[in-house]
Amino acid sequence: MLNDLKDFLLNDFFVTGDPLILGSQVAIALSIVAIVFVLTYFKKWKWLWTEWLTTVDHKRIGIMYIIASLLMLFRGGVDALLMRVQLAAPQLEFLHADHYNQIFTTHGVIMILFMAMPLMFGLFNIVLPLQIGARDVAYPFLNALSFWLFFWGAMLFNVSFVIGGSPDTGWLAYPPLSGLQLSPGVGQDFYIWGIQISGIGSLATGINFVATILKMRAPGMKLMDMPMFAWSVLASCVTIMFAFPILTVTLFLLFLDRYLGAHFFTLDAGGNPMMYINLIWMWGHPEVYIVILPAFGIFSEVVSTFARKKLFGYKSMVFALMSISVASFFTWAHHFFTMGSGANVNAFFAITTMIIAIPTGVKVFNWLFTMFRGRITFSTPMLWTIAFIPCFVIGGMTGVLLSVAPADFQFHNSYFLIAHFHQVLIGGVVFGYFAGLYYWWPKLFGFKLHEGLGKWAFWFWNIGFYVCFMPQYVLGLMGMTRRFNEYDFDMGWQPLNIVSTVGAFLMGIAFIFQVWQIAHSIKFLKKEKTGDAWDGRTLEWSIPSPPPVYNFARLPQVSGRDPWWEEKQRIARGEQPSPLPPLEPIHMPKNSGIPFIMSFFWFVAGFGFVWDWKWMIIPGLAGVVICMLIRSFSYDTDYYISVEEIERTEAKLRGAY
Amino acid sequence: MAHATISGAPAHGGQGSVPPGHHVQGGHDEHHDHESLKTFGFWMFLITDCILFGTLFATYLVLRFNTSGGPTAEELFQMPIIIAETFILLTSSFTSGLAVLEMKKGNKKGLIGWLAVTAALGAAFIALEVSEFVHLVHEGATISTSAFLSAFFTLVGTHGLHVTVGLVWMIALMIQLAQRGITPVTDRKVTIISLYWHFLDVVWIFVFSLVYLLGVM
Ligand code: HEM
Ligand SMILES: [Cu+2]
Repeated sequence: MLNDLKDFLLNDFFVTGDPLILGSQVAIALSIVAIVFVLTYFKKWKWLWTEWLTTVDHKRIGIMYIIASLLMLFRGGVDALLMRVQLAAPQLEFLHADHYNQIFTTHGVIMILFMAMPLMFGLFNIVLPLQIGARDVAYPFLNALSFWLFFWGAMLFNVSFVIGGSPDTGWLAYPPLSGLQLSPGVGQDFYIWGIQISGIGSLATGINFVATILKMRAPGMKLMDMPMFAWSVLASCVTIMFAFPILTVTLFLLFLDRYLGAHFFTLDAGGNPMMYINLIWMWGHPEVYIVILPAFGIFSEVVSTFARKKLFGYKSMVFALMSISVASFFTWAHHFFTMGSGANVNAFFAITTMIIAIPTGVKVFNWLFTMFRGRITFSTPMLWTIAFIPCFVIGGMTGVLLSVAPADFQFHNSYFLIAHFHQVLIGGVVFGYFAGLYYWWPKLFGFKLHEGLGKWAFWFWNIGFYVCFMPQYVLGLMGMTRRFNEYDFDMGWQPLNIVSTVGAFLMGIAFIFQVWQIAHSIKFLKKEKTGDAWDGRTLEWSIPSPPPVYNFARLPQVSGRDPWWEEKQRIARGEQPSPLPPLEPIHMPKNSGIPFIMSFFWFVAGFGFVWDWKWMIIPGLAGVVICMLIRSFSYDTDYYISVEEIERTEAKLRGAY
Repeated sequence: MAHATISGAPAHGGQGSVPPGHHVQGGHDEHHDHESLKTFGFWMFLITDCILFGTLFATYLVLRFNTSGGPTAEELFQMPIIIAETFILLTSSFTSGLAVLEMKKGNKKGLIGWLAVTAALGAAFIALEVSEFVHLVHEGATISTSAFLSAFFTLVGTHGLHVTVGLVWMIALMIQLAQRGITPVTDRKVTIISLYWHFLDVVWIFVFSLVYLLGVM
């Protein structure tokens, strides 16, 4: 009995035998011990629970999203470096094929679902309510729940690395490879449940922000007055609402195949793997627009702030955003031009794909025209924005090349593709979110990040990026295919691969600069007292930094775009600011431990499903249901902040200037 | 520099001016707003649920002839039971409507009564569905028999699961109504559940026509 257990733990449960993984196991164990020790020693458990784990404040939730996603960027980045080391030289025995497969899978999943998505949600949470002059998101409790679902889902996915083994079938897990027959291990189940749990959280966030935008705008703010970032959030969240249910179903069907022996995607008993590929890309293609659209919104904000000009072509920008989000649903088949759909189908999807280039081009021109004749300040957010433009133009052009169906027979699954999508994902999404992070950081924390170190990070990222990915276009044309862990000397791929690996490490150094930058800025904290760090245009800059829980002591009355800029202009012209109405008590939601606990039960149930342990599944699911019932029966979920308290808070925050 | 002027202005001292113009307060009938906001959110949830079911329907339609030598729809479906199920569910939608009407009249007893009837009908529907599934399994038609049956059990089962969730929720709501009576909050909750219930009815009509009728035709 005891021997059986030991056997199980060493052979199946814990991943053993790989020095890299052993090292991480030790590191993880040590960090857990360290965290527990620090929290206990400094008596911070209560603080952690009451101030963070149970919070429903959108700003704090946003901060937690950002911390989690930066940790995931680190993990995904280490995965990337490991792969690049393996590929630097022919026939290197650094990572074995199995391990390599696991790493490219976890890298892809983590970067897209656990890095890009939460970073985006973090920015939504922090910025959106402030920009539209709201006190909160539409459903604060649901918002907390979304975060914890993401968090525990990501944890479930991540533990597979040290427990049970990581998934190894690629970031979209095509069957039949991901079916039970060819992937009998638990890795694939970790994949399914990790993504499923966090995916439900994302869906809820989508609903939450659509409702927030449609229903919570400050009095007087028409849709056509909204800042461009708010529009991009709307476009992205509407896309989430239509795309994520498809993902939920797809993963659920794969789960049924594996768990109950169903035959959706198997090769026998009438199953059809091609159906999975259609379904997953009906989610997957819109997904890439879900993450890129908010970056477009950020660039629009940054460009108009730092060029000190109104955004050029506001309406065409809105139109471009919305039409991209619709069109993204009609292009999914370009991901499998080579799978025999026939010429007509391919032609249809090739044309719809190319059409998306048009609104995207419109946006690029709008940004350029906004900059044209502006008084541009080259601070870090602006640098990222400017660097994005050429990067995205090249990435977009290679994308159009890929969308030519006949050409794709050549490029398909080659390094040309890898270079293309990293160019749009890093140059578009990651650069965009960095720009946003730098831009809104002072709003969040009340101090700016050190500009000098930020510039170092910027240059390392950018140069590293081109050094890493430009050679890959060439490698692709030379015939190097993706997901190779090894190649022979006589292919002639080595020189370019070495260059590419060097580039990857330059980006790694850039990341270190950013961590340093944050640490440095905290250590030599220079408080940013005005609340309006960049001389901004939109409402978030009209309140103190960091903002009080209720954001706006009085809801602003808005007329027209760039309301804060307009107000500053009016005051500069010597006009009187309008008199203030009296303060009134503010209605706020109470903190709640349920989102955290309920999501934890999902984690428990998911873990049970992975191992098929009924004794764990049942309490897990029961816990979820009980949490829901407790929530349904609690009526005392909000409170009022009194006028005196608002006055006290405002005096303290604004007294400084 | 416009910026400095503003930041330095006493306007920000707490009793001066606050940005852009006038200020409108939510005030104390915020509560009503909050409740209608939640109903609005529920509509959006229903949109996503439509897509979820739409995907399952599409899957079913693609796979419905892939019986791989196993039993076909024609051989399996027992229409009398299905028609009974349909009838029961449609009636329950009607009674949930009656519950809402009683609520509008402020009649708590009537409201709880009609909800109880609705829940009982819902339970009867689930019972019939379970017995149908048990029967199918006895016939050797399980989820792992063929792609057709996988899709069938998943689609119909997902609908059944939704109904079951609705039942638990309805019971919880009846207890809350008994405890608290009709308040803005319970009013909203009843409105939402009846919305949900009608939605499930509509989905069932699609199940009935696209799965069962099309299956035996
Ligand atoms: C930071 C620098 C990065 C480097 C050096 C890097 C490197 C790599 C490498 C070497 C591969 C494997 C190619 C192969 O052998 O098939 C890969 C795959 C991938 N990467 Fe990255 N990557 C980076 C960042 C990102 C980011 C930011 C994202 C997404 C937001 C991303 C998404 C993906 C995806 C989806 C795959 C495909 C995985 C699969 O084949 O299943 N990567 N990357
Ligand atoms: Cu695509």
